[in-house]
Amino acid sequence: MQKSKSPPLPSTPTGRIRHRRRWHSHEVVPDVSKLNGSLLLVNDQNKYRSMRIRTFSSLWMLGSVILILYLGHLYICAMVVVIQIFMASELFHLLRRAHEDKRLPGFKFINWHFFFTAMLYVYGRILSQQLVNTVTSDKFFYKLLSGLIKYQMVICYFAYIAGMMWFILSLKKKMYKYQFGQYAWTHMILIVVFVQSSFTVANIFEGIFWFLLPASLIAVNDVVAYFCGFFFGKTPLIKLSPKKTREGFIGASVATILSAFLLANILGRFQWLTCPRKDLSTGWLQCDPGPLFKPEYYPLPAWIPQWFPWKEISVLPVQWHALCLGLFASIIAPFGGFFASGFKRAFKIKDFGDIIPGHGGFTDRMDCQMVMAIFAYIYHQSFIIPQTNTVEMILDQIIRNLSFEDQEVLYLKLGQIFQ
Amino acid sequence: MQKDNDSGGPSTHGGLTGRLRRRRGSNEVPSEVDKANGSHLLVDDRNKYKSMLIRIYSSVWMIGGFAFIIYMGHLYIWAMVVVIQIFMARELFNLLRRSHEDRRLPGFRLLNWHFFFTAMLFVYGRILNQRLANTVTSDKFLHKLVTGFIKYHMVTCYFLYIAGFMWFILTLKKKMYKYQFGQYAWTHMILIVVFTQSSFTVANIFEGIFWFLLPASLIVINDIAAYFFGFFLGRTPLIKISPKKTWEGFIGASFATIVSAFVLANILGRFQWLTCPRKDLSTGWLHCDPGPLFKPYYFTVPQWFPQWFPWREISVLPVQWHAVALGLFSSIIAPFGGFFASGFKRAFKIKDFGDSIPGHGGITDRMDCQMVMAVFAYIYHQSFIVSQSVSIEAIMDQILMNLTFEEQRALFMKLEKIIQERQFGES
Repeated sequence: MQKSKSPPLPSTPTGRIRHRRRWHSHEVVPDVSKLNGSLLLVNDQNKYRSMRIRTFSSLWMLGSVILILYLGHLYICAMVVVIQIFMASELFHLLRRAHEDKRLPGFKFINWHFFFTAMLYVYGRILSQQLVNTVTSDKFFYKLLSGLIKYQMVICYFAYIAGMMWFILSLKKKMYKYQFGQYAWTHMILIVVFVQSSFTVANIFEGIFWFLLPASLIAVNDVVAYFCGFFFGKTPLIKLSPKKTREGFIGASVATILSAFLLANILGRFQWLTCPRKDLSTGWLQCDPGPLFKPEYYPLPAWIPQWFPWKEISVLPVQWHALCLGLFASIIAPFGGFFASGFKRAFKIKDFGDIIPGHGGFTDRMDCQMVMAIFAYIYHQSFIIPQTNTVEMILDQIIRNLSFEDQEVLYLKLGQIFQ
Repeated sequence: MQKDNDSGGPSTHGGLTGRLRRRRGSNEVPSEVDKANGSHLLVDDRNKYKSMLIRIYSSVWMIGGFAFIIYMGHLYIWAMVVVIQIFMARELFNLLRRSHEDRRLPGFRLLNWHFFFTAMLFVYGRILNQRLANTVTSDKFLHKLVTGFIKYHMVTCYFLYIAGFMWFILTLKKKMYKYQFGQYAWTHMILIVVFTQSSFTVANIFEGIFWFLLPASLIVINDIAAYFFGFFLGRTPLIKISPKKTWEGFIGASFATIVSAFVLANILGRFQWLTCPRKDLSTGWLHCDPGPLFKPYYFTVPQWFPQWFPWREISVLPVQWHAVALGLFSSIIAPFGGFFASGFKRAFKIKDFGDSIPGHGGITDRMDCQMVMAVFAYIYHQSFIVSQSVSIEAIMDQILMNLTFEEQRALFMKLEKIIQERQFGES
């Protein structure tokens, strides 16, 4: 986890430090921010140029996300996996030292070995039910898949142990500290990347709404904070991220909570977004969305003026849940961004990568999303599912998903509660 | 995760010297012995008998204490695991702390313990939620409390974690960022290592003390047999990271472990106290039907065995074959946990993780192979012994978390009716 401490001269081997200057298109404007000693965006003369670049790449990202949403659950999962691979690749490269790496051939493959083991484990657990439901028609595949799922834990464990043994056998004298540091770093990266992406995928199969709403709230929060800071920003918010301002923060909070309420209403009307996906097919979805998405009508109070076109507003019960998500997205999720900023400062790097012009790498975009995805999953499991899960639905699951022996085992286990 | 990378001379940072000085042998420092002939094999160590006596003495105490706790029962074993965890975490937290930086960061250590207790709440809440529910069925109020706890368990733990995360970010101090981030990552790694294995251990305990006792004993036997084989016969070094381990010790210990796995499983499998699962958190005596794995079948000794062999029939419990698999793992793969710990100590130039146990080092030094074994024993048990699918657990979780007591009872009645109708229909 160490990086050489030399100042950012162009002769350093790592190209990352040069990226300090990358937020103007390709020019190098060294003195603007240092002259007056403040880094606020309002004072930056090249801010309009950087704003245009950011807007351009943001629009591209938005467009491709919308296309993938249209295509469906499986494609969204594929997108999540691709983003994961890029993030992991950026982070693996980050604290590698080229000098040591030359003396350790094949060491970076251990990272990818652990990556694929983690992927097998995480997606095997989350998608096991969906996989089984997809292949019920074919006897052979069903047996194969059930066998794999049954022994999934053992397979992943032995893959992990193989990686650990490979690591131990590749320890080289005088490189122990570097290798152990890399090993720990790999574990931390994989945990950070996989926990949030696995929760994201679990949310997607519960209904694209539960993935789209939190992600949009973070995006709205970011965009509004940027523009509020651009036009009104004066007071710095936290020492870690000197470009963030209180005006941006407060403006973004208000905007996020409001848009949470409105977005939930808009998004909740589409069955494509609200229906859960029970298997891995890609066709159209039809379902009964449940009580959360049935609109309730509230008559508007009398003092609203006559010319106002609506006499009553329809509110989906899910909008109140969306308010909670909005509150979290505006107040706590930015800490993910602060963490990433602090991390970059600690290790003296400008950006995690440079794939997205104007924004940095994937990890730079995903830092707040990660905190939000975890919260969205936990919120969904704790507050949404109990509301929608009734005795009938659970009984239905039992009859549909469990074999006769399993049902009896469940019956016995349940019986112990009542003794 | 940094440690000063200058050599371990006695003049470097005062706070670390306790770790750097050699601690083998009671309180003497036999400095010349291994440097003189340049080899570290135990056979050549003249003070080996003295160190052996100390190790035997503390081992006997540990085994005695352990046997007593096993007699006391599942809840006490769980308490022992928790205590061991706390000691291990403390040793590891202290390990890579630099006292110089710590003075400038008051209250930073509390953050570690905050994450520790959050992890404990999360892990034990998940594993024991069903048993907790089974324990409090009599009392309405307690049952409501427990159900509420189970329902909001994940959210509670998550908010505790986020509180710790925000606390960490708000305490970041300029020029200390790298140290603080290193400590944060280190804390996470420690907690993962300590809690994964102890949570799996506790899950195994409640499935039957046998599934905790057998793997742990196999590791102990492996260690002891390797020590004695190395002591008397050791010549060829095994691996560069642990210079005191030898091939003779390794092979002798493997053989001894597999044989004793087979025999030990037979002996341990006869006690219902060890083989019955515990369905709630009570401490009384246990009676149950142990299941087909623990029913002996009789195996007649083949004709070609010599006449003086006293037994004509051997009773074999089916679980003994599983024990052989566990024995194989503990002799071949579990030692890698020890190598990992040795490599780690070499990388950071520390002699032992701690000094609680005379002759052995700290608790982490004793537990390094146990950790790998505990995880394997749990996974083996879940995959091959208990033929339970993930779906049953998932649905059971949903029932516990989402339904009230009356709803659970209603579900139970309906399921009962469905099963009875089906059995009636088949007969």
